[in-house]
Amino acid sequence: MTTETRPPEAADSTGRGVHSPGRAAIAQRHLRLDRWWLPQVMTAAGLLLFIGYSTWRAFFGLHTSYAAPYVSPFYSPCLAANCPKMDGGADWALFGGWWSLSPALIVLIFPLGFRLTCYYYRKAYYRSFWSSPPACAVAEPHAKYSGETRFPLILQNIHRYFFYVAIPVAGILTWDAILGFRDPQGHWGHMGLGTLVLLVNVSLIWAYTASCHSCRHIVGGRLRHFSKHPVRYRMWTWVSKLNARHMQLAWASLFSVGLADLYVYLLASGAFSDPRFF
Amino acid sequence: MSYEATFRVWRGDAEGGELTDFQVEVNDGEVVLDVVHRIQATQAPDLAVRWNCKAGKCGSCSAEINGRPRLMCMTRMSTLPPGETVTITPMRTFPVLRDLVTDVGFNYQKAREIPAFIPPQGVKPGEYRMQQEDVNRSQEFRKCIECFLCQDTCHVVRDHEENKPAFAGPRFLMRMAELDMHPLDAAGDQGLDRKATAQEEHGLGYCNITKCCTEVCPEGIKITDNALIPLKERAVDRKYDPLVWLGSKISRRR
Repeated sequence: MTTETRPPEAADSTGRGVHSPGRAAIAQRHLRLDRWWLPQVMTAAGLLLFIGYSTWRAFFGLHTSYAAPYVSPFYSPCLAANCPKMDGGADWALFGGWWSLSPALIVLIFPLGFRLTCYYYRKAYYRSFWSSPPACAVAEPHAKYSGETRFPLILQNIHRYFFYVAIPVAGILTWDAILGFRDPQGHWGHMGLGTLVLLVNVSLIWAYTASCHSCRHIVGGRLRHFSKHPVRYRMWTWVSKLNARHMQLAWASLFSVGLADLYVYLLASGAFSDPRFF
Repeated sequence: MSYEATFRVWRGDAEGGELTDFQVEVNDGEVVLDVVHRIQATQAPDLAVRWNCKAGKCGSCSAEINGRPRLMCMTRMSTLPPGETVTITPMRTFPVLRDLVTDVGFNYQKAREIPAFIPPQGVKPGEYRMQQEDVNRSQEFRKCIECFLCQDTCHVVRDHEENKPAFAGPRFLMRMAELDMHPLDAAGDQGLDRKATAQEEHGLGYCNITKCCTEVCPEGIKITDNALIPLKERAVDRKYDPLVWLGSKISRRR
């Protein structure tokens, strides 16, 4: 009936965490039988794929960032003078001619910060890259833990400022999608597959931005009396419904922005011509 | 229909213990607690297990089944992998007393450290009037049965015993969120800032929102999304957002 699985004294070999004195003496760091590591591996693979692709495109994609009338979301708005001429687009050259690196680097810092401090992505990379924890009820490898109480992780609290910036950025991408209703010569009243790609992308970006936990808090979550603020309460209920899908929207918008850029890249590099609907 | 299952149950106390195998009969429709009771009745009468309602409402039979924090009375045998050994251990975050019973006094200590609801001046018990939309959020948190599975799975204390004095844990941070969202709580009038105490005295910043508390909650409370993150945002209002701070000084409505 009895099976000795380990000597009792082995349990306190590390003396910390689940092996702390007084806790049940079980040698294993965890007893989970399921593939608890699979979501973490898939998350890390997905994020690394996007990081690799976006880094390549941000540094080396300038000359394939515009294929009239479509502009890559990585390069809009373009705030340096070395951008390709974007007819009617957000080509503002605020940084002047001294900026010689890719103009994408100026803009991408904001969506990057927004996603880096996002409550969903924090969970994703804390688990998959930092093993803190690797999975629920699986002991983490770190000897010390201070969470988000100290620098640098206390900076996660500035998420809402990135949210504020994400709104005009999404507005500019919306304008870029509207510009897609032109033909390559700039005449309105046309639509191609690229227009659809940009529209889907910007819709997902708006949905992801609006589903943000900071947005949910700002529109109404911070109130104690919803009954005194019926409009904000209604908005809060809408955002709450979106917020329940925040993880799915985070992934969908991440891939859509990459695919929108890839589509513009393929057009600009002459891989194929944009199929026109009308 | 019946079948024989292998159960591996941790037996011991604070001095040491071991996983012990039992071959035990399982019948259709049974939950893990039924099988543990059968082991107790037929093979190990001195097996210590805490239980009460067998209906997922008392929060007594918390344990770890195949390494996952769960209520034994709410874990159907049919949901476990057929033919595989079922391993049951006590919650691994708290000191063990004996077999599957742990000392959850840590949680009662944390509960005592949180200032209770403070009624508004001039309103007697029985005179409280609130709009339903104002209490919806708090009512979700009131579903908590205090099984302490969220406390058990939270890596902040599970993997770091030294954090226990500084960190209240998800159950009690949720309690603070509940009180801070309560439409009648007058803590602010008494000079008690619940957002400040959540961050400075109860370790809100330790939470890195990895959602294990939400995953294990048998009541399905969205602890992370509806309590911990809103409480973090409220702390940000107070400490890191000058715009909100200024707005709260100008506006009188809350």
